[in-house]
Amino acid sequence: MVAVSSWGRLSQSEHQVHFLTHRHPAPVQIRETAPGLAHGMGRSYGDAALNPGGCLWNTTSLDRFISLDERTGQLACETGVLLRDIQRLMMPRGWILPVTPGTQLITVGGAIANDVHGKNHHVLGCFGDHVLRLTLLRTDGEIIECGPDLLPDWFAATVGGIGLTGVILSATIQLRRIAGPWLNTETIAYASLDQFFQQADDSEADWEHTVSWIDCCVGSQGRGLFMRGNPVEVENRAEPRDRSFGMPFVPPFSLVNRWSLRLFNAAYFNLKKRKAAPRIMHYQPFFYPLDNLLEWNRMYGPKGFFQYQCVVPRETGDDAIQAMLGDIARSGEGSFLAVLKTFGNRQPVGMLSFPQPGVTLALDFSNKAMQTAQLFARLDAIVREAGGRIYLAKDARMPRDLFEAGYPRLNEFLPYRDRGISSAMSRRLMGF
Amino acid sequence: MLIQKKRIVIIGATSAIAEHCARLWVNQSPADLVLVGRDTAKIEQVAADLLIRSPESAVQSHRLDFTDPVQIRRLADEIADYGAIDIVLIAHGSLPDQAACQQDLAACREALTLNGISPVLFAEAFAGHMQKANTGALIIIGSVAGDRGRKSNYVYGSAKGLVTRYAQGLQHRLADSNVKVVLIKPGPTDTPMTRHLKQQGDNGLASVEKVAKSIVKGASRGQLVVYAPVKWAWIMMVVRHLPYFLFKRLNV
Ligand SMILES: Cc1cc2nc3c(=O)[nH]c(=O)nc-3n(C[C@H](O)[C@H](O)[C@H](O)COP(=O)(O)OP(=O)(O)OC[C@H]3O[C@@H](n4cnc5c(N)ncnc54)[C@H](O)[C@@H]3O)c2cc1C
Ligand SMILES: NC(=O)c1ccc[n+]([C@@H]2O[C@H](COP(=O)([O-])OP(=O)(O)OC[C@H]3O[C@@H](n4cnc5c(N)ncnc54)[C@H](OP(=O)(O)O)[C@@H]3O)[C@@H](O)[C@H]2O)c1
Repeated sequence: MVAVSSWGRLSQSEHQVHFLTHRHPAPVQIRETAPGLAHGMGRSYGDAALNPGGCLWNTTSLDRFISLDERTGQLACETGVLLRDIQRLMMPRGWILPVTPGTQLITVGGAIANDVHGKNHHVLGCFGDHVLRLTLLRTDGEIIECGPDLLPDWFAATVGGIGLTGVILSATIQLRRIAGPWLNTETIAYASLDQFFQQADDSEADWEHTVSWIDCCVGSQGRGLFMRGNPVEVENRAEPRDRSFGMPFVPPFSLVNRWSLRLFNAAYFNLKKRKAAPRIMHYQPFFYPLDNLLEWNRMYGPKGFFQYQCVVPRETGDDAIQAMLGDIARSGEGSFLAVLKTFGNRQPVGMLSFPQPGVTLALDFSNKAMQTAQLFARLDAIVREAGGRIYLAKDARMPRDLFEAGYPRLNEFLPYRDRGISSAMSRRLMGF
Repeated sequence: MLIQKKRIVIIGATSAIAEHCARLWVNQSPADLVLVGRDTAKIEQVAADLLIRSPESAVQSHRLDFTDPVQIRRLADEIADYGAIDIVLIAHGSLPDQAACQQDLAACREALTLNGISPVLFAEAFAGHMQKANTGALIIIGSVAGDRGRKSNYVYGSAKGLVTRYAQGLQHRLADSNVKVVLIKPGPTDTPMTRHLKQQGDNGLASVEKVAKSIVKGASRGQLVVYAPVKWAWIMMVVRHLPYFLFKRLNV
């Protein structure tokens, strides 16, 4: 047994970990060790990738490329391949992953199972929108090939299906042409939510990437920095060298508290506000700002932390976000890592995919037991009222009724579940 | 100008350590690879992956019985016929269950053969060709387990000890030539071979990427012995010199 935590470090439970290393022995290996759950880089914050006391199939050694058509940009690979490795390999050849989340240190399997989104959701949708084929292994040994045009129901259940429909062994991804690794970026300070929405709407047509950092300390009015970017061709510029720094230990208490937070946020806002001019950035710091700070999740101390990420429809979004920001500021909780972003007006592929048209707010909170739970109960009420939902990749605690209300295609999804697979999350939210 | 691609032969090419070395080599520059293993499907998957990482490389694969001297000789001759070899990496091995080796002599012999005799046969088959060509690096993966016998794995350790003495002798034989013989001694590394240790909660395993990096670096420098990661050089110095009356009390 091995202690495994997810990114939020809320628990350290024992798991029986089996490594999948090659595709062809996997059916036997999985049949013999089921029930279990696929586990990639464990970058989900909550319990989606955990199965305490049970078995995990670690996919990170299943990391081979299978085929590549350099003419069409179709890449097939095993699902333990990291998004970082695809970017590194393909960028110099003029191809890029169309959609990546705020970290590239995740597996292709995890990207599909949570149908992850990036800063360009309004242009290119989710990761699953660019998957052409999947090979899904069921715990009884059956292998199902599916895609948008082949058994589309299996495809829609598996994309965003948080690992519950089987183990995805391989996938074919449609890459996208790119001129180079550079982006033309702008940072614009906003002093209210109205200004934020104005910026977001104005940028939607002409900017491929949009996101904003929000200062959660100032209350319902909101202030922050709106960032946007477009790919740009730049000649003869040296790429930055890879450098990473680690958090060397887990501090005995969280380094994030209301005093450090206020100071930090105010300083950051004012510093960046003044440096807001357009600038050319390399794709890595723009897309994955935290990836060079290894294990930053340790800064929240031994009790770990939650990320609360919800999306609310645009019609109710304005009021809902205001109300949430008010509650958060009053509680004195929250953290530096806070994101506010609009989603595009499109429906995702997966039955349980998270994005929906509207606006999404994501914030980290140090784990303070009851105190945090009380705040979350207030935020939940706002999300429920607004007709929104909470992101499964981040969740460790939402009540079952909020899940059912937020994910209306749940009943359509359930028949595709693999009876040999369950997770802490599925037991908590679906009862098995 | 046509750049001559490096010719690299990997025995036990499906080993996690070997696969990561191969990735590093093809990332440095396109290579002519010969992958040797026992499981065709696995070798083909490794080959396909390497060709995508490095489309200008070329890959051939071979399957054979790793304990058959005739097949080993024939393979080495065939490969050497094509021209000089830059690198031979001998990587296969398996960590046997010590208790099983004590009970079952057939298992004991199998472990000794695979980890001790087989690598020597491969090395011997290539050494002559490399000596004749007077170039190349012959890299053999031994283990820190070969530095001192201990109760928890001395059958494996003695096979690796055999490889250690063999490499020493071969280094002596080729000392005046341009052929480098490099003995790698990895410490416990996170690969399929040690997955059961991880299962028992051993978190001291080095990452396979890191070990592969030190192998590639050590080999390019032509070091005689490479501990990977390097800290094992110090640890094993202590372990080798620990007096027996202390050593025997250790539960290792
Ligand atoms: C710093 C940071 C920033 C992030 N930013 C974003 C963001 O901008 N947008 C976003 O959408 N997400 C974001 N995330 C969340 C992250 O992208 C997802 O949690 C992602 O799923 C993690 O992938 P993983 O490889 O770590 O998978 P894990 O967390 O290990 O697993 C996630 C789920 O996928 C399943 N799974 C994994 N592999 C397979 C497989 N081969 N077959 C079937 N099921 C499988 C698991 O069972 C589990 O349910 C961020 C996370 C971090 C840490
Ligand atoms: N991992 C460690 O902690 C560690 C420490 C010190 C030394 N080493 C040494 O490093 C080398 C590489 O090991 P690894 O860690 O990369 O392990 P690995 O991934 O398990 O690879 C083992 C390799 O040996 C091959 N093999 C096993 N039994 C065989 C047989 N009977 N006939 C032919 N080939 C056989 C395997 O082939 P298949 O793929 O076909 O099974 C595979 O290629 C080995 O020499 C090992 O002793 C490892």
